[in-house]
Amino acid sequence: MHQQELIPHLFRTEFGRITAVLCKLFGFENINVAEDITSETFLAALDTWPYKGIPENPQAWLYTVAKNKAKNSLTRKQLFDQKISPAVQAEHPTEDVMEIDLTDRNISDSQLQMLFAVCHPSIPPEAQIGLALRILCGFGIDEIAHAFLSNKETINKRLLRAKEKLRAARVKMEFPPENELKARLQPVLTTLYLLFNEGYYSETENEILRKDLCDEAMRLLKMLIDYPLTNKPEVNALFALMCFQASRFAARKDKNGEIVLYEDQEESLWDKELITIGALHLNMAAQGSYLSKYHLEASIAYWHTIKADTPEKWENILYLYNHLLVIEYSPVAALNRTYALARVKGNEAAIAEAEKLNLTNNPFYHTLLGELYKDIDTLKAKEHLLNALRLAKTDTDKKTIYAKLEAL
Amino acid sequence: MKDFLLIFRADYTRLATLSDEERQAMTKRYIDWVSSIAANDSLVDRGNRLAPTGKVVSGTGDVVTNGPYTEIKEFIGGYSIIRAGSYEDAVALTKSSPVFELNGKIEIREITPI
Repeated sequence: MHQQELIPHLFRTEFGRITAVLCKLFGFENINVAEDITSETFLAALDTWPYKGIPENPQAWLYTVAKNKAKNSLTRKQLFDQKISPAVQAEHPTEDVMEIDLTDRNISDSQLQMLFAVCHPSIPPEAQIGLALRILCGFGIDEIAHAFLSNKETINKRLLRAKEKLRAARVKMEFPPENELKARLQPVLTTLYLLFNEGYYSETENEILRKDLCDEAMRLLKMLIDYPLTNKPEVNALFALMCFQASRFAARKDKNGEIVLYEDQEESLWDKELITIGALHLNMAAQGSYLSKYHLEASIAYWHTIKADTPEKWENILYLYNHLLVIEYSPVAALNRTYALARVKGNEAAIAEAEKLNLTNNPFYHTLLGELYKDIDTLKAKEHLLNALRLAKTDTDKKTIYAKLEAL
Repeated sequence: MKDFLLIFRADYTRLATLSDEERQAMTKRYIDWVSSIAANDSLVDRGNRLAPTGKVVSGTGDVVTNGPYTEIKEFIGGYSIIRAGSYEDAVALTKSSPVFELNGKIEIREITPI
């Protein structure tokens, strides 16, 4: 790997690890100190590596520098007295304060605890995602701004406010007690679900960034699966869902970066290995009696890994969407259910159901009706597609709708 | 938007006379119907079926009898909670509920929070 690629890569993988370990040592309230030390460590790498060459074991180099900086920081009298010392001494009365544990075990424990800390219900989901990206995934503020189609100032403000709130809520670096685990796991899963979707559906043109968002969501989720107490059925279901979706990553864009619709995708480009891993986790999710929305969404995604259109496929998908809607309404699920209904009961029946949805401000509502009316009433189909075109927010959507209009 | 309680009343002894296939088909139509309400974002609580019998408490709470029994023609078999703008809209949502196939009735009552 070249230096230009190596440093960002290490930043991604190591930033979160080092910050989590330091934060566990200093206490969550001193998260800024932990972040600063990690940033300084990477700055030191950027300063020295170009002249002295990349060390043989860059990871060990970073850990050594981080440890030294942490020690210096701890002994810097002012900081030590005012901020960290009481906390550290209270938490580690007999241990050597200078012992900074960067073993694999402590790294993954610290990262999991950090995941629970930043996905705390006291801050809104978008702040949780932002913090997770910054602290756990080592994303720069500008990258986060890019992913959210926002600007640096807004993101900076959002993250600062979130950290303040977490401090005020006295959030600690610890695993939630077992009786709270189920409840605390929910916002964690929501955050990882949204993080993945941000990557999968984001409008940012930076394809590498999008893939990274998805990879990070899967990496963090895998940590939850590897930890026995959080290896729950719904965690496996969500992981399965992500595997099935991610399996189509290579197939959904053509050489020019244009989106390729599901029906037109080259099946040979689907990642069979990921599909197999997904199926394995969906199997593991089939335990206990709790049916989460991730179970249903993963099962729907599973049926989409089978390209062939069979009555069985669409009956199953319709059944799953029915259940999903009863658990939790969303316009997307309502529209998708109607599409599945059309495949099972025909367009006429689906049109009657679709028109009841009354999502007249939603471009996908009109796209769906345009599709359903296509062979029944061309005029109505055209009217709906024109509405869809007017309401569509992204160029990709506009292009897709335009192609449908052309084909009428 | 207001919440309405739907109370399903029917002669549930008829259910017992149906074949397995007929019962499965009815469950399927029930799911279709509930999902259609859910797809309109009008489902508050899917609700549940009620067990065929229970206890009736009266007096000052010390008189406990068995019942009610499914033999009653208008036995309450289940409930759901929906969201609608008016009674008219609520009535429209009950259309095509499979309870009518059992010659049943749906009682609609607006929920007024305490």
